[in-house]
Amino acid sequence: MEIRIIRAGQLTTVQDLGRFGFRAAGVPPGGAMDPFALRVANSLVGNPENTAALEITLVGPEIEFTADVNVALGGAESDGLPAWKPVAVRAGTRIKFGECTRGCRGYIAVSGGIDVAPVMGSRSTYLPAGFGGWEGRVLRDGDVLPLGRFDPAGPRTLPPWDQPGACGWRIDPRILPNYAPAATVRVVRGAQADQFGPGLFGGEFTVSPHSDRMGLRLLGCALERTHDQELLSAATSPGTIQVPPDGLPLVLMADAQTIGGYPQAGHVIGVDLPIMAQLRPGQTVRFVEVALEEAQRLALVRDRTLAMLREGLAEKIPGHPLP
Amino acid sequence: MTFAPLGDSAVVVTVGTTLDESTLARVRALAAALERETATGIVDVVPAYTTVAVFYDLNTAGVGEETPYQRICRVIEACAAREEHGWPDVVRQKLGAETGRADAREIEIPVCYRGEFGPDLGAVARHCGMSEEDVAALHSGARYVVHAVGFTPGFAYLGGLPEKLFTPRRPAPRTRVPAGSVGIGWMHTGVYPLATPGGWQLIGRTPLRLFQPEAQSPSLLRMGDHVKFRPITIEELVAWK
Repeated sequence: MEIRIIRAGQLTTVQDLGRFGFRAAGVPPGGAMDPFALRVANSLVGNPENTAALEITLVGPEIEFTADVNVALGGAESDGLPAWKPVAVRAGTRIKFGECTRGCRGYIAVSGGIDVAPVMGSRSTYLPAGFGGWEGRVLRDGDVLPLGRFDPAGPRTLPPWDQPGACGWRIDPRILPNYAPAATVRVVRGAQADQFGPGLFGGEFTVSPHSDRMGLRLLGCALERTHDQELLSAATSPGTIQVPPDGLPLVLMADAQTIGGYPQAGHVIGVDLPIMAQLRPGQTVRFVEVALEEAQRLALVRDRTLAMLREGLAEKIPGHPLP
Repeated sequence: MTFAPLGDSAVVVTVGTTLDESTLARVRALAAALERETATGIVDVVPAYTTVAVFYDLNTAGVGEETPYQRICRVIEACAAREEHGWPDVVRQKLGAETGRADAREIEIPVCYRGEFGPDLGAVARHCGMSEEDVAALHSGARYVVHAVGFTPGFAYLGGLPEKLFTPRRPAPRTRVPAGSVGIGWMHTGVYPLATPGGWQLIGRTPLRLFQPEAQSPSLLRMGDHVKFRPITIEELVAWK
């Protein structure tokens, strides 16, 4: 079973939730920029949360499905497929995802998953070193990707997507992150937070076009540092907010280097990384500080919410192989 | 040891304040001990310079009312204490600092310091006031230690470059440095495992692959390893399998 990429879109890659345990080798976790959206899209089609899917960026692909499958789009929205609900797609159907109408990065989950060979335990694509995912690169027109096996009972439980009675429900929007074009994002303090005063929390920053999977560059009021000393390189994490000499914050994301020498003013909390991932160039973000205990509590609540979602889906869709 | 959160899913443990052999050995030993702890929700361990960063799973159950952060700090402290006190005193005295070096290795890296493989060898020689042969001899005569791995997969920051070889980075970086290039960046030396942009002065090339995603241990060099460079000829470089 396979899917054919008729048009690849702007930046489409195979991603799962990332590869863990290799930071000491200089390999970052990578994986979906918006892990929440990937986990939900996979759950909607009956896949384990960590199944490999397509991450699309701003302009999505055109795909031909050569077998009966369930498909779900999570994260960014597009006219090609309704978001946040499972859709049964018949063999031979072509879906054109086109320009994203909301958000920046979407996840196209297909029942059975994208069946590429794992590298270091993950099917994610690490573009800076060219390995993982589909040949270590972005998808191109004409690529044909294999799909994994899926319980044959699954796809036939949903009415076909283009007929009346197609899945009339979607997941409760209250469980979604607070995605917004003018976003408020929560941050815990970084090791050098004291050297920047309140600057990080002073006002709005704008996402620069020079942003990518390694990090989001922010434009706005430059942060002034009260200390001068050079720092030894130290470990970083996705969400780490570095402040280079020009004072403009850089929010590290999935493919960022594992260690770095710039001062760390703060760290975006895990549950708000999806909000950062959905910001397009030109959109804005302001930061508010929260305590570590709150950040960790929110992460645990989210995991429980997604577990409940999987249980609910198993009841809602007869034959849905969950949890 | 001091602890500080790194975001909401990691903690940085500072083991010492000076970058010396003893601190590096203790960092390496703590990282190795934490990597062996399998049942505690530790997801990743990153030793670098004087610190060890520990990434952990928030869902791993703790004791009583403790937060995930409190739990992981307790686990790390217990692990470090076992590492410290696990050896009887008489054994520790005999082994001395060797206890921490149990996992560190001596790695030899063959390097060709000639011609097109060392495009900046002349510039370094002129800056340091010596001949190209002297640069190669000094560089390969020293013993280095890996301070940290990062920048790219498999890229090791090496400490121990002789001061006579300190050379500033190139004024403008190259857009593409060939994989295997050996360079000098002021007080650091290292090898670029992959073809990437780079601003260091390139003095040689190694045929070794320092990063192999399909290997059991994808990065050839690990924090705390000792490294020596061995000069080879162009013929040996070209013929290397």
